[in-house]
Amino acid sequence: MVTARKKKTPNISADELSRYYKEMLMIRRFEEKAGQLYGMGLIGGFCHLYIGQEAVVVGLETIAKAGDQRITSYRDHGHMLACGMDPKGVMAELTGREGGYSKGKGGSMHMFSREKDFYGGHGIVGAQVPLGAGLAFANRYRNNGAVSFTYFGDGSANQGQVYETFNMAALWRLPCVFVIENNQYAMGTAQRRSTSTPAIHTRGAAFGIPGEEVDGMDVLAVKAAGEKAAAHCRAGKGPYILEMKTYRYRGHSMSDPAKYRTREEVQKVKSEKDPIDHVRDLLIIGKHATGDELKGIDKKVKAIVSEAADFAQTSPEPDVSELYTDILATA
Amino acid sequence: MPTEILMPALSPTMEEGTLAKWLVREGDKVESGDILAEIETDKAIMEFESADAGVIGRILVSEGTEGVAVNSAIAILLAEGEDADAASAPADATPAAVPVIAAAAPGPEVPEGTSFRKQTVREAIRDAMAEEMRTDRDIFLMGEEVAEYQGAYKVSQGLLEEFGDRRVIDTPITEHGFAGIGIGAAFAGLRPIVEFMTFNFAMQAIDQIINSAAKTLYMSGGQMGTAIVFRGPNGAAARVGAQHSQDYAAWYSHIPGLKVVQPYSAPDAKGLLKSAIRDPNPVIFLENEILYGRSGEVPNLKDWTVPIGKARIARAGNDVTIVSFGIGMQYALEAAEKLAEEGLDAEVIDLRSLRPMDTATVIGSVRKTNRCVTVEEGFPVCSIGNHISAILMQEAFDHLDAPVINCTGKDVPMPYAANLERLALVSTAEVIDAVKAVTYR
Repeated sequence: MVTARKKKTPNISADELSRYYKEMLMIRRFEEKAGQLYGMGLIGGFCHLYIGQEAVVVGLETIAKAGDQRITSYRDHGHMLACGMDPKGVMAELTGREGGYSKGKGGSMHMFSREKDFYGGHGIVGAQVPLGAGLAFANRYRNNGAVSFTYFGDGSANQGQVYETFNMAALWRLPCVFVIENNQYAMGTAQRRSTSTPAIHTRGAAFGIPGEEVDGMDVLAVKAAGEKAAAHCRAGKGPYILEMKTYRYRGHSMSDPAKYRTREEVQKVKSEKDPIDHVRDLLIIGKHATGDELKGIDKKVKAIVSEAADFAQTSPEPDVSELYTDILATA
Repeated sequence: MPTEILMPALSPTMEEGTLAKWLVREGDKVESGDILAEIETDKAIMEFESADAGVIGRILVSEGTEGVAVNSAIAILLAEGEDADAASAPADATPAAVPVIAAAAPGPEVPEGTSFRKQTVREAIRDAMAEEMRTDRDIFLMGEEVAEYQGAYKVSQGLLEEFGDRRVIDTPITEHGFAGIGIGAAFAGLRPIVEFMTFNFAMQAIDQIINSAAKTLYMSGGQMGTAIVFRGPNGAAARVGAQHSQDYAAWYSHIPGLKVVQPYSAPDAKGLLKSAIRDPNPVIFLENEILYGRSGEVPNLKDWTVPIGKARIARAGNDVTIVSFGIGMQYALEAAEKLAEEGLDAEVIDLRSLRPMDTATVIGSVRKTNRCVTVEEGFPVCSIGNHISAILMQEAFDHLDAPVINCTGKDVPMPYAANLERLALVSTAEVIDAVKAVTYR
């Protein structure tokens, strides 16, 4: 698998590769830690881990420009880390603390950063799709050249509002990259049981929106597809659909026993398609990094995650006065 | 036998219209289906066809006549060979009285010496949008038929021409989708006005309104506000049945993170909409199709605004407090006038804003009158009136000399039949009865 992929990657610098490695590893270690804290009862409610899908956000963030926006569903931790939000603030939001991005009032599914143009974190399946197109609408209104990266899953792809949005996005040529993270399960329902035609990237065809399928486990393939899609949007040609074929290793949420698929299926993807192993192999085989250097990266990442976990446990709960703040904005 | 051609009703709420243009002359032969005239309704200019073949014997209402009542004779059609003189001309159609909102007298916000201009609620809303759009280029209007059609109820008339299609945007019939796009644009800092053709259709979009627009400021710890106005007609029009006749005042008022306003008069419609557009929060602006054509005195001020969250005492009185809003004010005021003839002096409060609600004004009035009746068009269960009753129980219990009565629409889907529809709506008679009950008359 790895040898077959490496032929496609001649023009990538060692620095870039090791950066992708570090960023994907950061998401994975962060999510593992979040899972651990959940098990300890420090994180409550729903917690949807991104493990296995890291190449999608890391690959697309490599080509995002200043001013571009991103918006996604409730499986959002990876997107926030990839766009440069502080792991401490994200983890502290998971634990519901004052130091969290939403002062503890949003939780895992509802986080935002104006500074990083991250527009959530949305808990209603599919709702982020028209919202993301609205961000693109603002870009077009202002003619500012920015692109909205609007992420949703194969489950969301069956929501009606997605198609209302496709129609308007195409009609008004909104600069919106619709990124479908097809991890093959809408919660516990396999795609073949929920989706009449498997090729979701063709679903824009009726609206004249081009789409393509991408190996979402290969960060370089994601990057290349993202470049093409964003260029299409920036050229004023309207939206573009990227269907990222990916896989989530963990359950839908922390409370999902994942009985709807076999251990073997998960194990097979982990051993053959893992996005982080892929980049590690490229680094080693291309002699860009030694095993020790990679261990060094791993150590640094672990330290950052561990610091975030400490912060998330020591940051106090929000002051009770926060109950009644941020309900209405004052002019 | 000569037949009368009658002024047609061309919209559910049309009571009168303008005979814009005759397309036939006296003596012209017409076939069934030929276009006779252009009639201007409260919504649009419509072509009016002949139902029968014949000769136009006499035109009774001249071109350009306004306020021609539905079902009044506008022309005489003769059968082939009949003499025009055989048709005795009936009396000229008398223009229907254009209702002027009685208590549209503005509140204390108007400086002394201000002049006023008579305007319909429809025009007032249009002017509010236009004035705000002139001052802030981030404001745009989107919705079904808002641009080329000039608004399904003619509310956005002229806006496309003035502001262009970048800022006045026709959408497809996809409320859920365009509400979400509007909210996303607001997240990015634009200031959308999203028009729903009626709030009945906003049910398709209510998830976006509540889950995305109302909650995001809180969920983001104050980072991401949504400055957006959702507006359009709300409540019953006339004879449009259950799915098109519902008052959503209580629904939206339930939600923290929203502001909800429901004006009655033209000056309030204008002043509140300007405030709504400037507000940094999502505002639900509930209009009413029947009120669009009503006129009121709008102050000639460069920047006339009405603050959100402030009620207005529409009629001062001492014997009972009648609290209402939107079209409910019509029944409240009519009842107050009739009660005055019987020596009962009602104070009528127009809430204008439902969230935040000016409960202080209500409580203050009830402390004076010791009695309260609420009036609204919506369903009785979990109504605005229920909420006011609860507040009065807590804040003015010792001042109440009678239980509060909530006059509401009936607890039934809106029926179509005219007699049943009348029964389903709240009425002036019910308000009068309620006032008599709380005053033990």
